[in-house]
Amino acid sequence: MKKKKKWPEDWQDLNPGCMVFEPGSAREYHTGSWRAERPIFDESKCIRCGVCYIFCPEGCISQNKNGYFEADLDYCKGCGICAHECWPRAIKMIEEG
Amino acid sequence: MSKRIGMEIALAAAEAVALCKPDVVAAYPITPNTHVPEHLSDIVAEGRLDAEFICVESEHSALSACCGASGAGARSFTATSSQGLAYMSEIIPIASSMRLPVVMIVGNRALSGPINIWNDQSDIMYQRDSGWISMFAANGQETIDMAIQAFKIAEHRDVMLPVNVNLDGFQLTHVVEPMEMPDQKEVDSFLPPFKPIATLHPDKIVSMGTLGLPEIFNETAKSKDEILKDSRRVILEVWKEWEEKFGRKYEPIEACEARGSDVLLMTLGSMGETAEVAVEEARKDGISVGLLKLKLWRPFPFEELRKAVKGCKVLAVLDRAVSYGGPGGPVFSEVRSAFYDMQERPVVINEIIGLGGRDVPVSDFRKIIEKSVQAIKTKPEEEYEIFGVRGS
Ligand code: SF4
Ligand code: SF4
Repeated sequence: MKKKKKWPEDWQDLNPGCMVFEPGSAREYHTGSWRAERPIFDESKCIRCGVCYIFCPEGCISQNKNGYFEADLDYCKGCGICAHECWPRAIKMIEEG
Repeated sequence: MSKRIGMEIALAAAEAVALCKPDVVAAYPITPNTHVPEHLSDIVAEGRLDAEFICVESEHSALSACCGASGAGARSFTATSSQGLAYMSEIIPIASSMRLPVVMIVGNRALSGPINIWNDQSDIMYQRDSGWISMFAANGQETIDMAIQAFKIAEHRDVMLPVNVNLDGFQLTHVVEPMEMPDQKEVDSFLPPFKPIATLHPDKIVSMGTLGLPEIFNETAKSKDEILKDSRRVILEVWKEWEEKFGRKYEPIEACEARGSDVLLMTLGSMGETAEVAVEEARKDGISVGLLKLKLWRPFPFEELRKAVKGCKVLAVLDRAVSYGGPGGPVFSEVRSAFYDMQERPVVINEIIGLGGRDVPVSDFRKIIEKSVQAIKTKPEEEYEIFGVRGS
């Protein structure tokens, strides 16, 4: 299968004003590749308050079927805001690699 | 049918904008452009214009509101001056790069400091490289005509760019002049409804103002440059149509007594009117002098300029702004670079005049003409000067 181009080849191919006509296309950009640290969630300390979910600037934290929260590492940029905001200290940032 | 009126130019500008039926007007009052949005708010309150008038808390918000409205498909208008324009700075290049055809009237006023509310053109020159179409009116008639033309040019499918129409603060904004005001029918037949490329609407989802990665940024710059340059074609088309419909001719550079003249003055904005009087006087005294009035500042009319100076020996460019620590005035630097590859080119001198409302009477233009005549024989030592500075 031909790989879909990530960006227009020539300047003439740009949409007017760089408008994007395809909804949800930001999903194709895996901003998680920038990350230097990743969040580790400790469910034994988590009180399922959802504060991490509210504060994550990437909107990449979601609730799993057990009611606990986890980060989608394709998009988590490792900023550590979730760990900073989680007051029961259920999230630890660890170095990548 | 057009009606002959006598009116303050800022109020007439608002009347002309109202004839274009903008859907959204968002503005914050600032001297000397205040009467433009103030009068528009009156027109909306009187029920003569069915527009959303947004009383924003700042100019940054004014242009932001216009951008949002334009993205949603509304014809949008704002007006400002000086520090207000500077406060819009963050949004100004966003409007052009998102191809939002907002129209803005700028009542040109000096940028602080020292704090000064009077006229020069340093405010718009500060925004020179922001990707907008930029034109200058020399009088009231040109102001109202350009305000109407601006919407048609901005919203043309090949353009889709914001336009700023400049008029000198006080010298024009607060002056009562006789003008021909087109009527609603005439404007309706000239200006079609705004048809946006896409609108922000949940039925058909689009994203505007997204991130541009380094992999496409050079291409976006090339596209902005090409589209702005190409807008010249549409501007000329619209001006031609205007001339056919309303009988008033518009050109990127209006030449008065220019052909065959040894000396030419080049002006931008209202100073062209005073310069014209000085040129007429000087010609009566047997001096070979003419005048070029620059009306289109962006896209810059390189071709027309090179043609207009054929055979002229000295061109005196009059600027109403300084590029501090740089090559003199902003118009001067454009003009000189336009001539670089020409085999035969005039000597170009630069007089920076009328800063912060300093009066420039006909006698000063006569002095500049004299200096230019002398420059035919001996090129002046300094490349540019701020005219009439005490102590120099
Ligand atoms: S903020 Fe902490 S405690 Fe609250 S849901 Fe997230 S991980 Fe659990
Ligand atoms: S580290 Fe930052 S981006 Fe990643 S999940 Fe936490 S808040 Fe979101």
